[in-house]
Amino acid sequence: MSEELYRQHILDHYKHPRNFGELHPHDLAAFEHNPLCGDELGVHIRVADGKIADLRFHGNGCAISQAAASIASEELIGMKLEEAASLPASWMIDLLGIPISPARRKCALLALKTIRGAITGEPSWPNGDGTL
Amino acid sequence: MATALDKPIQVARVREDFPIFASLPQPFAYLDSAATAQKPRAVLEAVVRHLGRANANVHRGLYPLARAADEAFEGARRRIAAFTGADPKGTVFTKNATEAINLIAYAWGRENLGPGDAVLISELEHHANLVPWQQLCRERGAELRYLEIDDQGTLSLQQLQAELERGGVKLVSVAHVSNVLGTINPVAEIVSLARRAGAVTVIDGAQAVPQLPVDVKEIDADFYVWTGHKALGPTGIGVLHGRVELLQRLEPFLTGGDMIATVERQRATWNEPPWRFEAGTPPIAEAVGLAAAVEYLEGIGMERVRAHEQALGGYLLARLGEIPGLAIYGPSDPSRRAGLASFTIEGIHPHDIAELVGREGVCIRAGHHCAQPLMARLGVPATARASLALYNDEQDVDLLIAALRKAVALFNR
Repeated sequence: MSEELYRQHILDHYKHPRNFGELHPHDLAAFEHNPLCGDELGVHIRVADGKIADLRFHGNGCAISQAAASIASEELIGMKLEEAASLPASWMIDLLGIPISPARRKCALLALKTIRGAITGEPSWPNGDGTL
Repeated sequence: MATALDKPIQVARVREDFPIFASLPQPFAYLDSAATAQKPRAVLEAVVRHLGRANANVHRGLYPLARAADEAFEGARRRIAAFTGADPKGTVFTKNATEAINLIAYAWGRENLGPGDAVLISELEHHANLVPWQQLCRERGAELRYLEIDDQGTLSLQQLQAELERGGVKLVSVAHVSNVLGTINPVAEIVSLARRAGAVTVIDGAQAVPQLPVDVKEIDADFYVWTGHKALGPTGIGVLHGRVELLQRLEPFLTGGDMIATVERQRATWNEPPWRFEAGTPPIAEAVGLAAAVEYLEGIGMERVRAHEQALGGYLLARLGEIPGLAIYGPSDPSRRAGLASFTIEGIHPHDIAELVGREGVCIRAGHHCAQPLMARLGVPATARASLALYNDEQDVDLLIAALRKAVALFNR
């Protein structure tokens, strides 16, 4: 059972997160948390030509929230801002590639919430599939 | 002389009294009783019996069934008050301990607190004994002060004395037992010092009543609150023990039916305590269930419950200590703490710990435990917490340890 949620790639991203740290100077920033479990995540974004030219996440939290940020960061760099701000929950869940229980959805989606906060100034949970 | 330790609790026999242990697949180690306790059959049956044979509304009916409901409800009040050595006239039923504290903050606080006054709580409080005071102080322009904990998670009576001497403290409110650290606070001494300084005292007994023999007359606080569902009773019922003379001087908290003496078009007068503070139909079946719960606990004996949890708590601390990278918070001496342990493991977030051990049938809690200022004081975002009750044994702890070792291995592979 535990093998499904804590697959090697999740643990690998958790222990060795990609694009983690801070970015100075940056054009966009946000810091969000998951009130349910206290996961914290911040992001710094550098913008060029309406796209995410570079990005760093930072924070601390459970393996799911931190691995999700790491995995998402690899896809987000180079993405158009408007596209990044409207990514649905399913995008993140599919990228994670593991079954996410309702109790852990906010952990999994914190990275997207933070990205939205940085780009639009209004952090909101992605509710593309209407379940959150 | 026979002591509680001469007749230890027979956990296997106790478990037979709790239907949930036979209804769930094994292994099942329930180590989350500080969140809510499992219920003995006696409680389930008392609630069903009441609803099936004695159900009517209370305090208003003239027919025999209504009198039976009255007797069941007020009998439950006497039974529950006797369990903690309290006066039934000062024993108010609320929704939970949180509502009981809100009642005090509203009914006492609005009349008695103003600018320049202070409420003194501590760093180890549950949000239930923190946010109501924070709100009250903000509304009344008063100051909220905190007693600090030391590295063992204990409060200092010297610091309490110093805070009281600083002046302005109108109310002192602390937990009897910390839901995170397990610390058993010296509440009788705290009450005595606070009273000498003229402060009103509130003790949050939500974690204490299920685990320790509690005599509210001995502690002698102005208010002592606890909740039913952690003490083997149903959810939806809390208990506020207040000094009767003080309750008589208080205005109501919630208003409406049953709490009045007379109502005219533009004004009303209030019923006597405890009913003044029980607006609307009270938790009748819940009170009957809680009375059955305290009767069950008395049948076992709270001295024996405490002896069991102290011994098993010591075992829990010792076994947790075997795991590399694991840090335990709170007093290291099992005689100074209740049967629970909050911990963190280096490199694994508490939520991942709880999820992974949950998959092995071990139920523990992870998070801030409704104590965010305490988490900040401890310098951690969250902890995992295993908490014990009279139906736990060493095998439950062993299951936890085995599951923790598996989690550590998974994260370190």
